Amino acid sequence: MPDTIPGSLRAYLHGLPGVDEVGVRRRAADLATRSIKTTAKRAALDLAVRMVDLTTLEGADTPGKVRALAAKARRPDPADPTAPPVAALCVYPDMIGVAAQALAGSGVGLASVATGFPAGRTPLEVKLADTRAAVAAGATEIDMVIDRGAFLAGDYGKVFDEITAVKAACGEAHLKAILETGELVTYDNVRRASWLALHAGADFIKTSTGKVAPAATLPVTLVMLEAVRDYRAATGRQAGVKPAGGIRTAKDAIRYLVLVKEIAGDDWLDPAWFRLGASTLLNDLLMQRTKLGTGHYGGPDYYTID
Amino acid sequence: MEIFEYAPAPESRSIVSIRPSYDLFIDGEFVEAKSGERIVTVNPADEEPLAEVAAAGEADVERAFAAARRAFERVWSPLPGAERGKYLFRIARIIQERARELAVLESLDNGKPIKETRDVDLPLVAAHFFYHAGWADKLAHAGLASTRPLGVAAQVIPWNFPLMMLAWKVAPALATGNTVVLKPAETTPLTALAFAEICQEADLPPGVVNIVTGAGDTGRAVVAHPDADKVAFTGSTEVGKQIARAVAGTGRRLTLELGGKGANIVYEDAALDQAVEGIVSGIFFNQGHVCCAGSRLLVQESIAEELLARLRARIERLRLGDPLDKNTDIGAINSAAQLARIRELAAAGEAEGATGWSPSCPIPERGYWFPPTVFTGVTQAHRIAREEIFGPVLSVLTFRTPEEAVVKANNTPYGLSAGVWTEKGSLMLWTASRLRAGVVWSNTFNVFDPASPFGGYKESGYGREGGRHGLEAYLG
Repeated sequence: MPDTIPGSLRAYLHGLPGVDEVGVRRRAADLATRSIKTTAKRAALDLAVRMVDLTTLEGADTPGKVRALAAKARRPDPADPTAPPVAALCVYPDMIGVAAQALAGSGVGLASVATGFPAGRTPLEVKLADTRAAVAAGATEIDMVIDRGAFLAGDYGKVFDEITAVKAACGEAHLKAILETGELVTYDNVRRASWLALHAGADFIKTSTGKVAPAATLPVTLVMLEAVRDYRAATGRQAGVKPAGGIRTAKDAIRYLVLVKEIAGDDWLDPAWFRLGASTLLNDLLMQRTKLGTGHYGGPDYYTID
Repeated sequence: MEIFEYAPAPESRSIVSIRPSYDLFIDGEFVEAKSGERIVTVNPADEEPLAEVAAAGEADVERAFAAARRAFERVWSPLPGAERGKYLFRIARIIQERARELAVLESLDNGKPIKETRDVDLPLVAAHFFYHAGWADKLAHAGLASTRPLGVAAQVIPWNFPLMMLAWKVAPALATGNTVVLKPAETTPLTALAFAEICQEADLPPGVVNIVTGAGDTGRAVVAHPDADKVAFTGSTEVGKQIARAVAGTGRRLTLELGGKGANIVYEDAALDQAVEGIVSGIFFNQGHVCCAGSRLLVQESIAEELLARLRARIERLRLGDPLDKNTDIGAINSAAQLARIRELAAAGEAEGATGWSPSCPIPERGYWFPPTVFTGVTQAHRIAREEIFGPVLSVLTFRTPEEAVVKANNTPYGLSAGVWTEKGSLMLWTASRLRAGVVWSNTFNVFDPASPFGGYKESGYGREGGRHGLEAYLG
């Protein structure tokens, strides 16, 4: 449920402390030099696998493709049963039925993008219908896009109300609000949009659709992690963060985990509070995982391409 | 649930081979000290001896100056600037090639984290040589009164950034055609001796760079030598004053880069999370062994509580320990003597009524260590607000208005650095133009570049190093 923002929304959001661009980039770059080796690397790789929202969001998606990906989500490494399943499978709304069937009984979450993904340029009623249909079809998580046009026009109330309405339409399903930070551009905007979405009731804030460049970056994720950390300190409610798009290597993923650990804290080092939206990342995580266990790389053909 | 903790990630020591004993570097060769005296340099992280080095006596210093004078007259000053530049470029490239080795050596001898030697010190050392190599054949275009070198420069450097301070001294001196007698600090001589090897590797003509190791007596002999045309010193204000007295009336040129008690001013509209980073890097970078450290935090009273809460939470995450671990943020205090001084001033802070706070980080049993410490309830009258601590100790004061911030910031015998944090451009300019400090950082702290002149006001010394201004100190 949305909580109350004191005074006018605009005054509140513009009253948040600013973000210094040079400083936030420097901090992110500094944390990217953390050296994660041996036991730390093993723990980080497994955690990263468990945090993956395995994603396919293509116009060319078919039931066959979604079923293949669902199998991968349940058992990412057929050669190694100790590899944990991923957090969730993320698909377009019309694929939920297929995905739900393929994932039944696995414990893997089923996320669906909704609300006119990726641009979000549809009337509110359509967005709500999109959301209700996705939940009805079996989605346990809804990844909505916020109205960036309204946000950039300063119509914060519209963005807030829309998130509130979608949250209500979600029912039991978890709501991730996609800020599409590549279109918000400034870190001040990212911070304001984060707080706006959190107050409006989002369970997660997510960087990007993956359809706009730049998608997830370390500094943007850092600002969002500061937001959920400070939001919990202010309200007592914990929310999650999901960088999505452009995270392709295990090295990248571990850098995100370092950010989570050092910016938000250990409480967020859990798939319930942090996700990595990705498709190709998973294979690199598995390859590095095998390398740590066996001392050698299996090569790309030892991992499934789905 | 399995939460990942950082496993030890030590940088290997094997890249460095430290000899058991080192001689002086005079006239292009390593030569035994006539004094016969030796000093031992230890690893401050575990108190284990690293090597023995010679302690140069007056006869040794005499030899070094004779070599420097000879090289100045016969080889270096007649050499065209473009040729001098080639040597400096060569030195810069060798430093880059040997960067990892030099970073490890610096961490071992100084106690600072490998993260800083690798990512800050060594890149800046190379950058200083590259920058000044570029000037060597362009002095006529620097817009300065003279392009003539002074002669032999006597240079004494401190232990906090051993190789970087060497670069700040040697690179401009050589680029402008001077030769050098340099004394590194007693507790951190090893990278200077590695630099001597680099001079050999670069085929630098003998006598252009001479390195005489030793303690205070050696330093006194170097700066008082009658054949020095120029004296350059970086270190404490106390020693700086002694040098100024010794040099006064001799006609020799002098630049001093001394202590500081930098104010870091945080206005209520600042970008708080980045200001916290700036405060941390301002005082905990290099264990606070930084002359331009932001050792006084001046925070606007309206946000003091919130800022300090964020600062404490941030400091709790600092990782103190093995300087060679790539994830270490805070290394060892450089020497037992420095640790004693930090302890004395921290005790004075408590005794005078300020409240100290440190995070719950474990302190290694061996070696010289002091946890990051924040003092609140500090007033202008406290010793910890006035005296340079040169350690990881922050004194927090509050202010109400911009006028008060500026008055308090300037109310110190020093004037080396200051920082200002605000999102409002006009307030930034208003404040920066009123601060009496050689460097004012705007929404950042402890950022250096060879193109930017560095130096102080008042008891922080005089003269500038780096940039066009830095060349002037070696021309006349």
